[in-house]
Amino acid sequence: MTSLWLGIVIMIVGCFALKYAGLSVPERILNHPATVRAADLIPVALLGALIAVQVFADDGSLRIDARLLGLAVAAVLLALRVPFLPVVFAAALVAGLARMV
Amino acid sequence: MTTTDRSVIVDSLGVGLATGTYGVSFGAISTASGLDVLQTCVLSLLVFTGASQFAFLGIIASGGNPVTGALTATLLGSRNLFYGLSLAQRLDLKGPQRLASAHLVIDESTAMAVTRETRRQSRLGFYWTGISIFVLWNLMTFLGALAGEKIGNPETYGLDAAVGAAFLGLLWPRLTSWHARIVALFGAAVALGLVPLTAAGLPIVLGGGAAVVLGMLWRPRVDA
Repeated sequence: MTSLWLGIVIMIVGCFALKYAGLSVPERILNHPATVRAADLIPVALLGALIAVQVFADDGSLRIDARLLGLAVAAVLLALRVPFLPVVFAAALVAGLARMV
Repeated sequence: MTTTDRSVIVDSLGVGLATGTYGVSFGAISTASGLDVLQTCVLSLLVFTGASQFAFLGIIASGGNPVTGALTATLLGSRNLFYGLSLAQRLDLKGPQRLASAHLVIDESTAMAVTRETRRQSRLGFYWTGISIFVLWNLMTFLGALAGEKIGNPETYGLDAAVGAAFLGLLWPRLTSWHARIVALFGAAVALGLVPLTAAGLPIVLGGGAAVVLGMLWRPRVDA
């Protein structure tokens, strides 16, 4: 089994376990203000880090290139309330075109 | 104004259609990032939580270890645990029904269920949204995966930029307060600072972790 498949299996088990546990665990165990707060923060914090690495990282160093332009386009379109899929396509299109110039 | 069953179903299908179609972007980015069509489809079928699936690709594409990728993706999926908590009382599921329904616990099915006033309409919202997204998400993943194979290198057509845009699209609705915006920016800054210093994948986990700690310690007096 390749490590890629190992990662996939970990995700399958981990993500399902979380979903099932949420429906099964008695509410009082998880329903503390601190845990609820942490649960709200985790996606915000991780997505912030994911965006930064995705847009600036290049094999262990930082680089500014067409990806940043794509992100800027996405931010403008999201602010204009454009739906998800057109935003993603537009970001790809702009970055792809910028590389051709 | 009373909400009819019919309007719950129509709304749910609308959300299902809008969300399910972006499986095409997941599929295309996945095969362009080096996963094969089978691996891509297995992710959508059996993991079935979009943000985590994209996170896994993001880490693989940046050269990270798949196990680090899987752990980060699972951490991102932890919000589904809390969705389950609010769904449990509204849906009131037992035994095998609960086991089968757990797979459908995602952002959209939760949002379309918890806002309903009766158990019947909560269930309608949950299943119509969850199942319509599941069907379409998997179909579109498969089509996208075939297209991504043709594209090959993700830099062609700017697919690498599409991943950042997809993450921003997932983050955007959560940036409703200055507190959230600063937590996200802090996570980004710490992650970038760590990129030259640590193995690929780790900056995301460590940056995200640091930002959660900041968010827990720093509590603004007025939460917008």
